[in-house]
Amino acid sequence: MNTTLRIPLVQLAHARSGDKADWVDFGLFAWNEAGYRLIEREVTAAKVQAHFAPWLPGHVDAWPLPNILAVKLVLHGALQGGGARNLRLDNLGKAMGAALLRMEIEVSAEELAQAQKSPRRGWWPEATSPRT
Amino acid sequence: MTQSIRIGSGLGFYGDNWEPVVASIERGDVQFIASDHLAELTLAILQKDRQRDPSLGYARDVVPMLLRLWPLMQPRGVRFVCNAGGLNPMGAALAVQAALQSKGWHPRIAVVSGDDVLDKLQDQQARFDHMMSGTDVSNVREHLVFGNAYLGAQPIVEALDQGADIVITGRVADAALFLGPLVHGLGWRLGNAQTSEDFNKLAQGLTVGHLLECSGQGSGGNFGDQAHWQSIPDLAHMGYPIAEVYADGTAVLTKAPGTGGLVNFDTVRQQLLYEVHNPHAYFSPDVVLDMGHIQLTDEGDNRVRLIGAQGSAPTKQLKVVAGYKDGFKADVTWGFSWPDAWDKVQAAEAIIRTQLQERKIPFDELFVEYPGLNSAHGALAPLPSTAELNERNEIWVRMVLRTPSKVAADGFGRLFPWIALSGPAYTCGFQGMNSSSELLGIWPTLIDRQLVNAHVDMLEVKA
Repeated sequence: MNTTLRIPLVQLAHARSGDKADWVDFGLFAWNEAGYRLIEREVTAAKVQAHFAPWLPGHVDAWPLPNILAVKLVLHGALQGGGARNLRLDNLGKAMGAALLRMEIEVSAEELAQAQKSPRRGWWPEATSPRT
Repeated sequence: MTQSIRIGSGLGFYGDNWEPVVASIERGDVQFIASDHLAELTLAILQKDRQRDPSLGYARDVVPMLLRLWPLMQPRGVRFVCNAGGLNPMGAALAVQAALQSKGWHPRIAVVSGDDVLDKLQDQQARFDHMMSGTDVSNVREHLVFGNAYLGAQPIVEALDQGADIVITGRVADAALFLGPLVHGLGWRLGNAQTSEDFNKLAQGLTVGHLLECSGQGSGGNFGDQAHWQSIPDLAHMGYPIAEVYADGTAVLTKAPGTGGLVNFDTVRQQLLYEVHNPHAYFSPDVVLDMGHIQLTDEGDNRVRLIGAQGSAPTKQLKVVAGYKDGFKADVTWGFSWPDAWDKVQAAEAIIRTQLQERKIPFDELFVEYPGLNSAHGALAPLPSTAELNERNEIWVRMVLRTPSKVAADGFGRLFPWIALSGPAYTCGFQGMNSSSELLGIWPTLIDRQLVNAHVDMLEVKA
């Protein structure tokens, strides 16, 4: 039961990216407390920096926010100098939030099961069962 | 003094859709709409407009927007605040006034200006370090094309206190567009704020503004996840967020009944952290916000209660964003079909590099990406094997030249067409013959408040 699994963040969280000058920032949000404990432990600045290493010359800041079950991440030097001189189609890093959700973390099978069976905190108009 | 105010979101950027604002006015029971037309880069676009015609330089969508919305706002007493003035708030105000007058409408229009600090940045003696890199502006000073300080809510409060129906500003902090009406309507202390209670109210108001400044992003739009975004109802009829804010600072986020989108814990917190750096020190001209104790209570039915924002006194400096000319680019996209599409794309790229070299075309960088394969996630989207790529039905390539030479950028597209007859077979969809444009670098810096003089002008009402 305590097998260690490598899972992409998309199984535990949602995210939005934004930009200011040459920095891209992410809000990363767990669906519930059990999921939050995992992302707070696993999504460190160093690991995020390693994940984005192929295109990130700068460093990463991370702030955990247990009050909203979120981790705030800021990537320095992520936009080739800024959106108005970035040559990529995604010049503002709008799709980078999805790239974050590709990042793999290590959790035990038990932890994953706990996070996936716990209910989401908020109200959704349709089914409220957690994603499996 | 009123006990509560309802304020609705206008646009989230220059080019956004104002039709959802109709529902907020007609069914959302709002007293104010605040509308953000200026992303960080928008002033760069407006600067190009102003170069062509000095009467421009503002976000021109404000004119048709108000032609649509003012007749709905006027009978309900709804007042409107926006930063569509861009680099020319007076020009925007006069254009709005002329358009509304032609319909026989005569709102009181206020203009907030004083954010333009380009001349101060151009002063050879002054030092304006880049907020992120720390380098001095002297490296780019002669290439600066605009420089605007982010004003706070105070001049907006003054304009509303003077009875303005419509307030048009240049660059102000986005959330200040919302904080201004809240301070005005709820009687909060702003310029004379002293106690932690004063600053906590302002912090709540700033948070509300931050949650509303990006239109549909605060009510379920652009919701980044897997498998839940489909549960957000009726994006085609998105309702923009509305905040109900009480005198003690408590706020409820909601939207107009019968609209699409979703206001819940998840959609609200996704916007809460959007474009925030240190969440314990979110700087604004009016208050420094700590989000660390914010509580978002999901009450269901598109209502989320916000409490716990903590504020402290603002700093003695204002943020400035300046833009400087930083060379040119030209980009070309085209496709090759199976068989061997990948190898053909590589051959075409090599031909272009050969031409650049043999013709001694000056350039800093030839950036290459493959739409459909890796343009969204770059190196984080690993490419399939060459054998698999060569079996693909088509491969598209986008080549972008970055160069200090306008002539080189203008001529880049002409390196390509002959390849259609003399290069690898089965090419199609060439785009980018005339694609050159100027690149702008962004220079964020700080300026002492005393050097910035915000002021309010009321246009004369010509009834």
